[in-house]
Amino acid sequence: MKIAVCIKQVPDSEARLRLAGDGRWIDESEVPFVINESDEFALEEAISIAEAKGGEVIVFTIGPARAAEALRKALALGAHRAVHLSDAAFEGGDAMSNGRALAAAIAREECEIVFTGSQSDDVGYGATGSVLAGFLDWPHSWLVMGVEMGEGTCKVTREMEGGLNEVSNLALPAVIEVQAGINHPRYASLKGIMKAKRKPIDTPSPSDLGLDPSAIGHAGAGVEIVSVDFPASGKGAEMLEGSPEEVAALLVDKLQKEARVL
Amino acid sequence: MAHFNGVDYMDFDSLLNEEQKLVRESVRAFVDEKFMPVIEQHHRDATFPMDLVPEMGELSLFGSTIDEYGLPGLDNVAYGLIMQELERGDSGLRSFVSVQSALVMYPIYAFGSQAQKDRWIPRLASGESIGCFGLTEPDFGSNPGAMRTTARRDGDHWVLNGAKQWITNGSLAEVAVVWAQTDEGIRGFVVERRTPGFTTSDQHGKFSLRASVTSELGFVDCRIPADAVLPKTTGLKNALMCLTQARYGIAWGALGAAMDCYQAALDYAKERIQFNGQPIASHQLVQDKLAWMITEITKGQFLALQMGKLKDQGRLKHFHVSMGKRNNVWVARECAKLAREILGANGIVDDYPVIRHMLNIESVYTYEGTHDIHGLVIGAEITGIPSFNAPRPS
Repeated sequence: MKIAVCIKQVPDSEARLRLAGDGRWIDESEVPFVINESDEFALEEAISIAEAKGGEVIVFTIGPARAAEALRKALALGAHRAVHLSDAAFEGGDAMSNGRALAAAIAREECEIVFTGSQSDDVGYGATGSVLAGFLDWPHSWLVMGVEMGEGTCKVTREMEGGLNEVSNLALPAVIEVQAGINHPRYASLKGIMKAKRKPIDTPSPSDLGLDPSAIGHAGAGVEIVSVDFPASGKGAEMLEGSPEEVAALLVDKLQKEARVL
Repeated sequence: MAHFNGVDYMDFDSLLNEEQKLVRESVRAFVDEKFMPVIEQHHRDATFPMDLVPEMGELSLFGSTIDEYGLPGLDNVAYGLIMQELERGDSGLRSFVSVQSALVMYPIYAFGSQAQKDRWIPRLASGESIGCFGLTEPDFGSNPGAMRTTARRDGDHWVLNGAKQWITNGSLAEVAVVWAQTDEGIRGFVVERRTPGFTTSDQHGKFSLRASVTSELGFVDCRIPADAVLPKTTGLKNALMCLTQARYGIAWGALGAAMDCYQAALDYAKERIQFNGQPIASHQLVQDKLAWMITEITKGQFLALQMGKLKDQGRLKHFHVSMGKRNNVWVARECAKLAREILGANGIVDDYPVIRHMLNIESVYTYEGTHDIHGLVIGAEITGIPSFNAPRPS
């Protein structure tokens, strides 16, 4: 079984961010990049399924040269090979154009199931996996918290509002978008890291995938980020002072009379 | 819990390759997630977390520079970064891995017979067997060449007599690499735990390296087979080659302890409010301490990295390692002191890692060659005049 995993390299959420000169994105030059959190869980899910049932894990990403580091880590963790959509034409996409590009790359590899995270930690569209499923014309499930592989099907559990768990069967091939916390991602063993050096990373061009450059990346995106900014410091904060008893009494009073929530 | 993100003032990371960064990341995550939650209790109880050993084996932390027996064959910079991350956790953790890798697996791999290698390397790599290294004796520390332990040929056996002291992992070890005087000079022997005449007892009352077992080894007419000798050992130089390996790792490891102290002090100084609602990090004297720490750590990183590059090229000399070990352990010792000062009373309790590192570094300062002896090694190299072990005036 060929298992695809789509990962994204994102700025480390603990890093101190600065805005880029044009105000449209952050300054990436000084920021450490990591694998998107929920994608790490997707990768672990895929690797453990391949270990238990046999299969090949192929990891896919879209991104500039630096994204190869994320692929190398995925290979060190146990993925067998990687596909890096690194051509400049793939850059600057939205969920739609990225989903289209990934679908073409996955279709070329004839994968039977795709794992990916439910949402990226940078732009957070939460849509790329679903768009990808649309282009592949496969069933998909989002915010998945449990996966059980069957014969030609995959049983997934999702957390619903109100504490309910929903269980559903997806006919394979399918796209599974997992949540962080679904499993315990492993550490890359030092042996795995050295083995990863010899695992192949394929870098197909848009034409290798039969893609029209105008349909992918920035050119194919219908969403354009106009600006990013830090929220202005609010003026609503008020520090209550006094003994704990006084502060508590004051807080209750304000919640009743000003906020009117009690 | 807070994750450690490294100390990198001058884009040190741009000098590392992908594998080296990934290795550091894995070991850092292991230390943060598995070791940090338990170290405080182990330190109080004076125990080592033996339950983590199988996972350390799975990660290939033992013998990671060896390229056979399914081991990863890391370069020396990656190995150094492992030592840094382990000692950022605790010097006892780094010592455990140093001894297993540099003082047990290395001599068996470099000086052992094929049979010794086949027997011991795989089980030492997995952590199934723990090893220890017996060189230092109660009366011979800086001057191991005068050791009293002897190995005498007796038919198909060697007979060991003597005692070794300050032996990390001594009583945990299933196998000891023991150095002894023979008719052919000082040689190394592989001695198994259950050999009659071989006993161990633990050192108690330590205020330093508490999360590490330190033992004494005793040999009384201990008969070991003729093939227990490491065939390629011919003198003290072989034991010193092991120590050069281990000291190289310590030069990196000490930086880890220094980084943890620096990070603890920096975080504390930014949060601790005194005088007019200001953090103590705004005080000039506190900033001076922090600036000293980050400067010396940064210099130490470049020193360690250059040693690693020379080692990979086969050009690293023992007197280079003396400078690295001497300098970086001193930096760690000073950083621990400065961090302790910045933390005030909080600097003496184990809610913070600083006092633990401070106590640990006291051991590291004088083990594996004291600070002073390493100064003399450097002195001998630059002047051409050895100031120690000189012939007595007649």
